[in-house]
Amino acid sequence: MNLLLAGFLILLLSSFVPLFSGRENRVAALSVVIGTILCLIFSSNICLDSLITGGSYEISFRMMIPFANFAIGIDPLSAFFLMPLLLLSALCAVYGMSYMEGKDEGGTSWFFFGMLVLGMSIVVVARNGMLFLIAWEIMTLASFFLVTQDHQKKETRKAGWIYLVASHIGVAFIFAVFAILGRNVDRLDFEMFQVLKSGTTASTAVFIFALIGFGSKAGFIPLHIWLPEAHPAAPSHVSSLMSGIMIKVGIYGLLRTLTFLGMPPLWWGVTLIVIGSSSGILGVLFALAQHDIKRLLAYHSVENIGIIALGIGMGLVGISCGEPVVAVLGFAGGLLHVVNHCIFKGLLFLGAGAVIHETGTGEMDHLGGLMKKMPRTGICFMTGSAAISGLPPFNGFVSEFLIFLSALGGVTSMIIPLSFCSIVVIISLGLIGGLATACFSKAFGTIFLGEPRSEHAAHAKDPDARMTMPMLILAILCLAIGISGGSILLFLGTAVSEVSGLSMTACAIGLRTAAYPLMAIAMLSTLLMVLGLFLFTARRAMPRAHIESKVPTWDCGYAKPEPRMQYTSSSFAQPLTQIFSFFLRTRTKNPDTSETFPRGNSFSTETPDFWQEYIFRPMVAFFAKLSAGIARSDTGRIHIYILYIIITVLILLMWNFFK
Amino acid sequence: MNIADSIMILLLLTNLGLLASSRLNACIKTVAIQGLIVGLLPLVATKGPLTIYSFLLALLIITVKGIVFPYLLKYTLRSVDVRREIEPFIGYGASIIIGIVALICSFWLSMHIPFPDKILSATAPAVAFFTIFCGLFLIVSRVKALTQVMGYIVFENGIYIFGSALFIEQSFLVELGIILDVFVVVFIMGIMMFHISRAFDHIDTDKLGEK
Repeated sequence: MNLLLAGFLILLLSSFVPLFSGRENRVAALSVVIGTILCLIFSSNICLDSLITGGSYEISFRMMIPFANFAIGIDPLSAFFLMPLLLLSALCAVYGMSYMEGKDEGGTSWFFFGMLVLGMSIVVVARNGMLFLIAWEIMTLASFFLVTQDHQKKETRKAGWIYLVASHIGVAFIFAVFAILGRNVDRLDFEMFQVLKSGTTASTAVFIFALIGFGSKAGFIPLHIWLPEAHPAAPSHVSSLMSGIMIKVGIYGLLRTLTFLGMPPLWWGVTLIVIGSSSGILGVLFALAQHDIKRLLAYHSVENIGIIALGIGMGLVGISCGEPVVAVLGFAGGLLHVVNHCIFKGLLFLGAGAVIHETGTGEMDHLGGLMKKMPRTGICFMTGSAAISGLPPFNGFVSEFLIFLSALGGVTSMIIPLSFCSIVVIISLGLIGGLATACFSKAFGTIFLGEPRSEHAAHAKDPDARMTMPMLILAILCLAIGISGGSILLFLGTAVSEVSGLSMTACAIGLRTAAYPLMAIAMLSTLLMVLGLFLFTARRAMPRAHIESKVPTWDCGYAKPEPRMQYTSSSFAQPLTQIFSFFLRTRTKNPDTSETFPRGNSFSTETPDFWQEYIFRPMVAFFAKLSAGIARSDTGRIHIYILYIIITVLILLMWNFFK
Repeated sequence: MNIADSIMILLLLTNLGLLASSRLNACIKTVAIQGLIVGLLPLVATKGPLTIYSFLLALLIITVKGIVFPYLLKYTLRSVDVRREIEPFIGYGASIIIGIVALICSFWLSMHIPFPDKILSATAPAVAFFTIFCGLFLIVSRVKALTQVMGYIVFENGIYIFGSALFIEQSFLVELGIILDVFVVVFIMGIMMFHISRAFDHIDTDKLGEK
């Protein structure tokens, strides 16, 4: 525990160095990188110990703030989030060293980066409601300043505002959660919260508020609107961190709150499944319609949060229906997907960042053919794409497989609500997986295959090792978790037991059911890979392998093909977006082909966020109108203000007498 | 009719006078008279032989409200060079009518508030309310910053009447605190107004918001 504290302290100090390093970007970056890495090393021991043995440790200092205590602790749930958090932070920091080189705002940016990592870490280890909220706020504000780093651009400022407003609406609900939980205690220490009985108004309110408050951070639909705005605006290593782990801190908050609540009623799980399937399906659909690589990835975050919610929902329904195996597999799938998404989404954002860094644009239709120019980035991005699509032998498959297993167990349980939920989960997961594969075929194909579509893409090259190494490590992790088979489950048991309230043995039994199929799949995949590798080397060994021939892609018989004749990202996705056009409401500007010899035409599509356009915008407009009405009474004249005071005093006096 | 009641009636009249007059000079005089009368209250309120405290307090209030404030106001008036309140938000006739309505309200209010038996005069709470309303009304309805300062002074007088009528002897300390506050306010306002008039050529508060 002391080591962990020391790690946090080092991180705190190292975050302050950039403020004093002036324009020495290199010093600032190095300080934060070293701080994050040291923090990772110092905390890994206790985290692994807690994950394997299930032990929990706590340390507490008095604070002079009301309700607060500097109480932090490590238990399997905290450790399960803290490890990937610090790992991804360290990798993103290393990546950022190169990415941020030559930018003016280096110093402050690194300060906020350090504070963001520190804030998130304290959120997941906090054992006091007030400390939790303080750290949460640090996390939110630090990320806000990182998002608005390019504040000269108008869109960035807009994205920053949307993010800030969405976050603070969420925080208001989290305040309510802790206020209800701690209404009978004088210090908001977690250990003092009594477990609320299920079915009472208090526990229902806590669940709903937690769902809204933490859901707005996690990005549940329709609270996700800040994601597609903020992620593209932030620098890539920051969006990688935000999408990879910050939104998971929302999931952590939800899970932590669930441990304060007793036996979950059935409708909680059902609610999460509904949220999960809608977030998952709609998230991936909107991703499919995007042209900007980072916006696309942001919508995929919504999708993956949906998958996590599906897992947790299966877990809750499993507990309510008294099916421990279903519950354990559901929770395990959800939790593992947290880590997996952290790895592959981190990887994808870093990959996208490398592309943007080298080509200067994230617009997919301006890219193309980067596989030949940026082979390392390309291979890493491909690994990430396969992992996010849930294809074996990568890690995304394992967690989705666990949720599938849970749902299959639910279907065969013959408990009607459970079976019904399970069927919904299976259908949704299947649809999500398929659409995700389509979406990443589009993204990867448009960016990395074919011919360069513009000057941007023509002169790209692989970035330096500080950027490629983190991607490579993450790609290897994707594969490692994928082919580890059941061994990854060893780390899951304790965390699942912490969340579900089931005993360790029950969790171990539940996980064992998944171990055998996973092992078989892992072996099969390994065999296939070895075979593939063998064939590849055999081909390389053959004499004709080294003759390179450059031929254009099959060109449908065009006499003179050029890059503009390739499939664009929108044309690739068009058949699918056409089917779901009811939800997507893509605005299309069709070319005018009425003339005999049309010329100078253009075609463009744009898919604005459904909820932002049709729900939040009208809502905000309504409130703006209301406020404008109120503002009219604000004349700026002191007489009128005093008149208001007099009228208020008079009304209060009269009211008192008439009562 | 005892001496306290007649003092109350005098106060009431000064208030109505303030509402009706447009000349700033006359207003300052009325405020001075009101300050003098209010200053007499501690002497009237003390039952039995005069104590040194009540005497000192009376002296202090008469000095500040009857001499220092009017002097400061006059000084400001001269330096900013305004004579009359020309365009008040609410005309003088209407002001009088509103004043009478406020008077009725004040009596109605004072009838409904339970007071301790030991009260200076039966009309005192009503007059106190009325003075407070008048002060506030002056602040709200007049344009010149100078009149508004007078409004604050009248407002404070009302509070003081209330205090001395109800808590006959204990209110002195409180009153000392309040008088200090108002003194500072008048002082600062005097300086401010001087600067405002220098910067804008007028002291019309409703125009200060314009750019």
